[in-house]
Amino acid sequence: MAEQSGAAGKRGGKGKAAETPLDRDLLLKFYRDMLLIRRFEEKAGQLYGMGLIAGFCHLYIGQEAVVVGLQSLAQPGDSIITTYRDHGHMLATGMDAKGVMAELTGRIGGYSKGKGGSMHMFSREKGFYGGHGIVGASVPLGTGLGFAHKYREDGGINYCYFGDGAVNQGQVYESFNMASLWKLPVIYVIENNKYGMGTSVERASATTELFRRGESFGIPGVHVDGMNVLEVRAAGEKVVEHVRGGQGPYVMEMKTYRYRGHSMSDPAKYRTKEEVSKMRKESDPIDSLRTHLLDQGHADEAALKEIDREVKAIVGEAADFSQESPEPDPAELWTDVLIEA
Amino acid sequence: MPIQVLMPALSPTMTEGKLAKWLKNEGDAVASGDVLAEIETDKATMEVEAVDEGVLGRILVPAGTEGVAVNAPIALLLEEGEDESALDQAAPAPDKGAEPAPEAVAQLPAQTPRPTEPPAGDVPAEPEYTGPTATMTVREALRDAMAEEMRRDPDVFLLGEEIAEYQGAYKVTQGLLQEFGPKRVVDTPITEQGFAGLGVGAAFAGLKPVVEFMTFNFAMQAIDQIINSAAKTLYMAGGKMGAPIVFRGPNGAAARVAAQHSQCYASWYAHCPGLKVVAPYSGADAKGLLKAAIRDPNPVIVLENEIMYGHSFEVPTDPEFVLPIGRAKIERPGKDVTIVAFSRMVGVALEAAKLLEQQDIDAEVINLRSLRPLDVDTIVSSVKKTNRLVSVEEGWPLAGIGSEMAALMMEHAFDYLDAPVTRVTGADVPMPYAANLEKLALPQADGIVLAAQSVCYR
Repeated sequence: MAEQSGAAGKRGGKGKAAETPLDRDLLLKFYRDMLLIRRFEEKAGQLYGMGLIAGFCHLYIGQEAVVVGLQSLAQPGDSIITTYRDHGHMLATGMDAKGVMAELTGRIGGYSKGKGGSMHMFSREKGFYGGHGIVGASVPLGTGLGFAHKYREDGGINYCYFGDGAVNQGQVYESFNMASLWKLPVIYVIENNKYGMGTSVERASATTELFRRGESFGIPGVHVDGMNVLEVRAAGEKVVEHVRGGQGPYVMEMKTYRYRGHSMSDPAKYRTKEEVSKMRKESDPIDSLRTHLLDQGHADEAALKEIDREVKAIVGEAADFSQESPEPDPAELWTDVLIEA
Repeated sequence: MPIQVLMPALSPTMTEGKLAKWLKNEGDAVASGDVLAEIETDKATMEVEAVDEGVLGRILVPAGTEGVAVNAPIALLLEEGEDESALDQAAPAPDKGAEPAPEAVAQLPAQTPRPTEPPAGDVPAEPEYTGPTATMTVREALRDAMAEEMRRDPDVFLLGEEIAEYQGAYKVTQGLLQEFGPKRVVDTPITEQGFAGLGVGAAFAGLKPVVEFMTFNFAMQAIDQIINSAAKTLYMAGGKMGAPIVFRGPNGAAARVAAQHSQCYASWYAHCPGLKVVAPYSGADAKGLLKAAIRDPNPVIVLENEIMYGHSFEVPTDPEFVLPIGRAKIERPGKDVTIVAFSRMVGVALEAAKLLEQQDIDAEVINLRSLRPLDVDTIVSSVKKTNRLVSVEEGWPLAGIGSEMAALMMEHAFDYLDAPVTRVTGADVPMPYAANLEKLALPQADGIVLAAQSVCYR
């Protein structure tokens, strides 16, 4: 505690001179939220390795700045939807790590009672609408969530995340067309991690400036360094203002990178080890924010260590819960097919 | 106590692999996320990352070792404050550590419901209607159903091609734009997959979209959204979130529009759990079932028929008139043979029943109304009485509704059958254009008569 107040004192001293418009609490929240996703995903990978998680398990490691930076702008009542690399998005909306991890292990305490798995969790309470496994299909769904915001005039917007692999699906453009035609409040967030499964953007896309994919529908686009949470936040502020202001949809292309394989079993033949380690070494979103926090005097090692401990405890608790929670009762096989009137 | 680093699995089927390389040495400090080693199988390679921080105390499995069992300890990590002396206190490897969890044998609950029975709970019987009626076309009955539900619930809105300004490609939505305005009667571009998905997304948010497909032929473009997004989400969400949405439009053959525009999708949708599927025949069916569909919290497919749109019936006008989804209707009681049909084929079956009457065969005609859930009780009770079943549908025979009828009789009425279940179906060919061929491709009353005579051994 003494160390923490020391850090706070430092902030007091620096407060006036701070060059960044973001306050210290927000920066520390970025650090904590990104670290939580990183540690959660590492633990998920470990549990997978132990046979406790099975099937598909798409880890978000490396891409943390994208969702943490952008969701920091979300207001209560906004909605968010994504594809199957979704654990990070759930944590960023404030969903409980225990419920997410227990879903990964297929237990009753999971968000979907163990019936959805890694790719299918939902929380209307937190505005999280999945978790969808068919590449491209979540884009019309997100557009429909945007439609609902406009229909209800509730002031909310939809954050519709998908990857570079989805951008060549036809329904993405069907969605762009309707969203622009009807001025729907949707941010289309293309998480360009350079590879759709094992196929690079260059090998899959005739035009690789993905932020321009909305142009023929009159949708403006911006490309952002998705490895830098501060840049994501800064770009997001402008985009959110545009979309919330009723001016229609926006495309954000986040240049990012996943360190892990597409799913757990990945041949790792489509990119070199050097490429991966160079990104990790030079562009890691958590390391760079950590350096920024220390250099700018927003925090000291002790304060960051305290955050590390807090995150470690949350993840440890989630891992324990995900193994202690029982499997769903066999009777659960037959429930939730239909809502009984 | 030092932390054991275990041999990870790359997939649920992996039991062992090769420890290819160590990237850290004994004594190295290790942070969470650092790559410790690489492992290989015949399919892939994977990096083993540290999940805890500490010092790599001891490597238990040297680089290059083949056949390392999953979950076997491969190294020991010293935690903060521990020294090498702790290494020897490390717990021994669990003997069975490498065995995959022996949970592969699925245990079915003792009381496994029959897959073809309606989900838990009986569907209530159709309440007797004694209120006012009016003569109107099926087209008008459908429109009134939507208008009444839109007046009742502001979350109900319509979405589809040509439904607003054009007043509906088949004029089903006539006048609705004028009453409810463009916010609730939304003309879409020709973009079935897109607007079906948009509707499902809006339904996730709690709105109640009624999505019109100009015909169900075009819904094939959108079937992923209907099945994967609408039908499965409630289950995948453990009941937390579903899609209260209606997909409606004309299904089956119209007249002389050839193969791509003439197909019955009844068995396609009826196959899928998470959906309800109805197929109205009369004006009252159309109104009562569509209203029930709009009020239902689940995704409902309403299979209409273009040829029926212009037929007139007596239709209840009380705005609270709805029909239960999952109940068939005995259109004509009889004792000699049961004929089941749905949608326009109910009319053809009734025509056949009249012809059979002239031959002293008393046919019972059941209008299925709902294809999922199926009213198994009504069909089985009827067959227990008549001991014969003829199934009629426009769709193709293989894996069709008639196939399901045959299977149901095997399961529920085997000892009551006096003749094999007989199917009258659309011909097993794409729909031809030529008038004579088209007629041959569709069930006709005389074909149903022949089938009924045959099961009555006449």
